[in-house]
Amino acid sequence: MAEMSKAQSTENISVDKDVLLKVNNLAKYFTVKSSLRKSHRKYLKAVDDVSFEIKRGETFGLVGESGCGKSTTGRTILRLYDPTAGQIFFDGTDLADLSDRQLLPYRKRMQMIFQDPYASLNGRMTVNDIIGEGIETHNLYNGAEKTERIYDLIHHVGLKKEHVNRYPHEFSGGQRQRIGIARALAVEPELIICDEPISALDVSVQAQVVNMLEDLQNEMGLTYLFIAHDLSMVKHISDRIAVMYVGKLMEVCGSERLYEQPLHPYTQALLSAIPIPDPIVTRKHQRIILEGDVQSPINPGEGCRFATRCMYKQDICTQVTPELRELEPDHFVACHLVKEINK
Amino acid sequence: MGKILEVNNLQTSFFTHLGEVQAVRGSNFTMDEGDILGIVGESGSGKSVTALSVIGLIDEPGKIKNGEIIFDGADLTKLSNKELSDLRGNDISMIFQDPMTSLNPVFTIKNQMIEVIRRHTDMSKSEAKKHAIKMLDLVGIPEAAERISSYPHEFSGGMRQRVMIATALSCDPKLLIADEPSTALDVTIQAQILELMLKMQKELKTSIILITHDLGVIAEVCTSIIVMYGGMIMEKGTVDEIFYEASHPYTIGLHKSVPSMNRKSKERLVPIAGSPPDLLKPPAGCPFSPRCEHAMQICLEQAAPMFEISKTHTSACWLLHEDAPKVAGIEKGEAKNG
Repeated sequence: MAEMSKAQSTENISVDKDVLLKVNNLAKYFTVKSSLRKSHRKYLKAVDDVSFEIKRGETFGLVGESGCGKSTTGRTILRLYDPTAGQIFFDGTDLADLSDRQLLPYRKRMQMIFQDPYASLNGRMTVNDIIGEGIETHNLYNGAEKTERIYDLIHHVGLKKEHVNRYPHEFSGGQRQRIGIARALAVEPELIICDEPISALDVSVQAQVVNMLEDLQNEMGLTYLFIAHDLSMVKHISDRIAVMYVGKLMEVCGSERLYEQPLHPYTQALLSAIPIPDPIVTRKHQRIILEGDVQSPINPGEGCRFATRCMYKQDICTQVTPELRELEPDHFVACHLVKEINK
Repeated sequence: MGKILEVNNLQTSFFTHLGEVQAVRGSNFTMDEGDILGIVGESGSGKSVTALSVIGLIDEPGKIKNGEIIFDGADLTKLSNKELSDLRGNDISMIFQDPMTSLNPVFTIKNQMIEVIRRHTDMSKSEAKKHAIKMLDLVGIPEAAERISSYPHEFSGGMRQRVMIATALSCDPKLLIADEPSTALDVTIQAQILELMLKMQKELKTSIILITHDLGVIAEVCTSIIVMYGGMIMEKGTVDEIFYEASHPYTIGLHKSVPSMNRKSKERLVPIAGSPPDLLKPPAGCPFSPRCEHAMQICLEQAAPMFEISKTHTSACWLLHEDAPKVAGIEKGEAKNG
């Protein structure tokens, strides 16, 4: 697979003005056991041959269950991890091989919002320092202008001027997440990777943060990569959605369509498993209950990763890894049997 | 069907160095035999503390300050530790959120299950083992006879939760308390576990208290629901009453703030402004009043009694008082002593 991606990198990627981020055959392996003998090495293939693109101004949802590699994908795009293979084209430039110094201007253009608002803010820094750090690193504003900018950001995320000299522990979870969002916005990014930004918040507060993210997007023309396991929230916020399972993309398509007509058997099972907060609908609802164990991401062999739990499994599924193919316009599915299943 | 549990004016507090945290402030509810009662609320609403009070697991610095918990005719708050420990695992069992931290990693599943079974029955070791294998089989663990000798880390999250359920049900309890049993699990695994709990409930006729913050899970599993907020019960009713005839502004707000799968995806959510109350200094009146769009003067001063809307449906909101102004969407009911 590594050779294949090398070959592609030499090709001229046609620069589509609408596409902000294009990920090509991205892979990230973690070494579980190293050895001089190749056959003894063990890799955890967290992200394995993943390709997708995100258009400017759109919200791209990445869903999957815990351990499927969705957060690793987000972090590898930001080069918080070095990719094992593949390319990350941000606005036409491949970030995968850039040095730290070359990356700096791109770091300003891509930011991240983290899951846990308790762990992602430094407890010894005031809100002013937390938000101001990025502004200083990138030399955006100085002196009075910087203060003005911080006030402006704080106001944007619904906090007050007097909050800037406080420390994170003085805030509630929802307020902390707002500080994290203000920090991400401080360097005027184009792409924000939201890694489960609301799952640590209370239900009644989640909606506040989601609405705010939507407002900020409209106002500033932001592009989001929204990573989450809460499918109903992802459907709400995303324009297009990719479903990930044990390091691979299973299905990619528009969010309305994905929920109305999922084609991959995993997506179908996943959607049917969501508890619906409506008792009458629930009583009529037929649920697909998956059997079997999740495929381990450590040295997975050839074949579909979902085959261990798939009720339609045939011989080909365990022998050949299915490719993500465009079945209908803008609807990609990685399944050998997709046509037979959805007759 | 008789009552299995009756909780009267339960008050549980934690005496921390910062002061008294009033986690539960006067809960009243009853539960019928064979019921699946859901307790919903956000973190800090007192739902878990209510359950821990029932099973007698409130540790220092926490204390049940007041109230009665009548289970099967006996007041549990009056029992000694020894009597409570005989009861736990035998008549009342509990499943916790995180199956990894509630199983002991250095003992095999066999060890842990046999310990529970022998604590409450006079089975011999081999009988207890047979019973444990039967229970594991029942909760859908393949090759239970071999898997029983495994350690907890050799199981996946969903399987561990099955082991927890098997252990909790092994002494045929009358009441099972499940505290967020599926929250730590993935949706596809969650669906399996909920399905299993419903199946076990049908087969063994256990009454279940299910604590969760997920309205979807509640809708799926429960027969009646308690909505808690800021240490108090805001609304009680059957599933349909809470979902389709909700009359407390908090319950209504909760419904509106979750995205519905049927709703158009770009439709805006309606959040509840503000954040939950600080239980060190709980508001004098209704705990929801600082966030409530309909709050009146009395709401800030005095907590509302439970107003009866139907035989099974009560709600603690002053808007239901006969002198209150009419608010769209909230039906008036008869005042019940609070």
